[in-house]
Amino acid sequence: MTATPSEAPHLQPSATQPQAAPSALAVDGLSLSFGGVTALNGVSFTVAVGEIRAVIGPNGAGKSSLLNAVSGLYRPDSGRVWLGGHSFAAVPTDRLAALGVSRTFQNLALFKGLSVLDNVAAGLTHRLRAGVLAQVIGLPTARRERADAYDRAEALLAFLHLEDARDRPVGTLPYGVQKRVELARALVARPRLLLLDEPMAGMTLTEKQELTGCIRVARDDLGATIVLIEHDIGVVMGLSDRIAVLDYGRLIGDGTPEAIRNNQAVIDAYLGVAHDLEAGEGI
Amino acid sequence: MTDLALDKPVPPNAAGPNRTAPTARRGMVRPSPTALGVGLLLAVAFGLLPLVGSEYLFDAILTPFLALALAGLGLNILTGYAGQVSLGSAAFMAVGAYAAFNLSLRLPELPFVVDILLAGLVAAAVGLVFGLPSLRLRGFYLAVSTLAAQFFVQWVFNKVGWFSNNSPSGIVTVPPLSVAGLALDGSVGRYLFGLSVVSVVTLVVWRLVDSPTGRALAALRDHETAARVIGLPVLRLKLLAFAVSSFIIGVAGVLWAFAYLRTVEPAGFNLDRSFQILFIVIIGGLASLRGAFLGAALIVVFPLALARLGETLLGGLFDSGVLEMSQRIVLGLLIIAFLIAEPAGLSALLDRLWHRIAGRLTALCSRLCPRSGSNRSV
Ligand SMILES: Nc1ncnc2c1ncn2[C@@H]1O[C@H](COP(=O)(O)OP(=O)(O)O)[C@@H](O)[C@H]1O
Ligand SMILES: [Mg+2]
Repeated sequence: MTATPSEAPHLQPSATQPQAAPSALAVDGLSLSFGGVTALNGVSFTVAVGEIRAVIGPNGAGKSSLLNAVSGLYRPDSGRVWLGGHSFAAVPTDRLAALGVSRTFQNLALFKGLSVLDNVAAGLTHRLRAGVLAQVIGLPTARRERADAYDRAEALLAFLHLEDARDRPVGTLPYGVQKRVELARALVARPRLLLLDEPMAGMTLTEKQELTGCIRVARDDLGATIVLIEHDIGVVMGLSDRIAVLDYGRLIGDGTPEAIRNNQAVIDAYLGVAHDLEAGEGI
Repeated sequence: MTDLALDKPVPPNAAGPNRTAPTARRGMVRPSPTALGVGLLLAVAFGLLPLVGSEYLFDAILTPFLALALAGLGLNILTGYAGQVSLGSAAFMAVGAYAAFNLSLRLPELPFVVDILLAGLVAAAVGLVFGLPSLRLRGFYLAVSTLAAQFFVQWVFNKVGWFSNNSPSGIVTVPPLSVAGLALDGSVGRYLFGLSVVSVVTLVVWRLVDSPTGRALAALRDHETAARVIGLPVLRLKLLAFAVSSFIIGVAGVLWAFAYLRTVEPAGFNLDRSFQILFIVIIGGLASLRGAFLGAALIVVFPLALARLGETLLGGLFDSGVLEMSQRIVLGLLIIAFLIAEPAGLSALLDRLWHRIAGRLTALCSRLCPRSGSNRSV
């Protein structure tokens, strides 16, 4: 890491951000390896405010590692992450929600023992101001806060067609439904930046189309900037404003869907294979 | 899907009946079976039993049952709700018992209710210290580190005579129970005292596990990484779980010493006791308030029932050695059976039984009077 003397370890004003336009997220020279495996190799790209930004690449390309580095679950070996005007060598996961960032996981990361509604409402718990005692006693402020959080959670359930599952323990639901619950939990706090790691994996065509609509609404109406990891090239091409392509931890392409479609390096490394795969995959 | 009401501010009364917590919600229309059941239980426990119960019932069954159920409740917060394993429960019981003993001995002007609260707080403080490893350790390793609490605390109470007022045997007799000038040192008095404490604590615990903080504890248990990502204060929650759990277990220790045994000695709070409390939680059902009571009932009644049964079947052959051995064997088998067949414990077993009975009843009802079925759903 080549830190200039003025760089504080965690925080820095946005004035020195690498590019002119304000971006919701920027990663700069991000590298990360596990033992001998290089998961990320000097990856740099930006996500503009209000953009739907897809990240694609074959399995093991480093897509999830990228999101994990951005959410502070992995500590990069070098490089920096810019989030909401701050630059981080390692993003503090505890502050993610306060920074307006939320995410979903490639493998479900739900609270299995809690109901769907409680799972979604948990996405707002970090905002509650009432202390434990106020909650236990049931002071009016605590009650109001809680009711408000649950109202918002209910609205999200309606948005993602989850009302029927509302009181079910989330562990008992089908995979596709659980995926939607996780998206609801991520959306309920109205994040400025939403990181989605394969939200449509294991979904039927109809479910994918529905979710595509939801993601678009999340951006258009809820004002979330979205980073989307997705394998379905059809979905990616139709939904995203720009696409970053990773292969063996390197950024091998970055541009509009049109540009990516015609990028020879990308076609060689990935798209050709993916189309073959998709043809064979069916639903 | 495009019709999204999220942007509009939510009117204060928009969600109608859905504004309270899910568990409370169900009870809004009419008293739920749970509320009725609890009310009935309390009426019997406070009103009827003291009139009809025998000394044996209170001293050998109900009072120890209450103390152990309370300890189970405390451990359940930590293990069942927050997902942190502990093998040191008896240590916190000991801290509570010794703290209350020393408070009543050295500060006799304090009312006993204050002694209990302070004893709970001392136990909470000790629990907080021994909860610190949970910030780094998980699962098996955390369990082993809580064993340190178990052995260290027992060692201290054995070693430092001051705690037992330098009693040569290490066994101290606690002063007779009296609250606000009311002598409660009879069997019924001690039982009623225990019952009152347990009722109040259970109410508070129910409010806690039903609160957003309670949900956050469960979130932490189910997926710690996701909990951190959504901004839950994971470290604070873990320490809170240790503190609250130890507080309650400490109060259970006070009941054990003052209401049940009327003596305190370190050996009464050994590893066996810690395991006993863990078994109560496992057999009763993790993350279930009811579970602590069901588990404690089984643990208390089962040895007595086994002794009776053994005596009836084998007569003189069934001495105390055989009894103890058979208790351990049967209890061990029971725990294995529960872990395999019903990990959710007696509480879930009871739930299923209840649903089956309720199903039969409604089926019967709708056959007898077909109309009544239609207005059941709200
Ligand atoms: N926690 C980890 N420990 C060891 N290796 C890891 C870890 N996470 C990812 N990797 C490795 O890093 C590479 C990139 O993985 P990942 O980011 O999951 O790829 P993708 O999401 O694009 O499929 C893979 O070779 C994977 O095995
Ligand atoms: Mg991945």
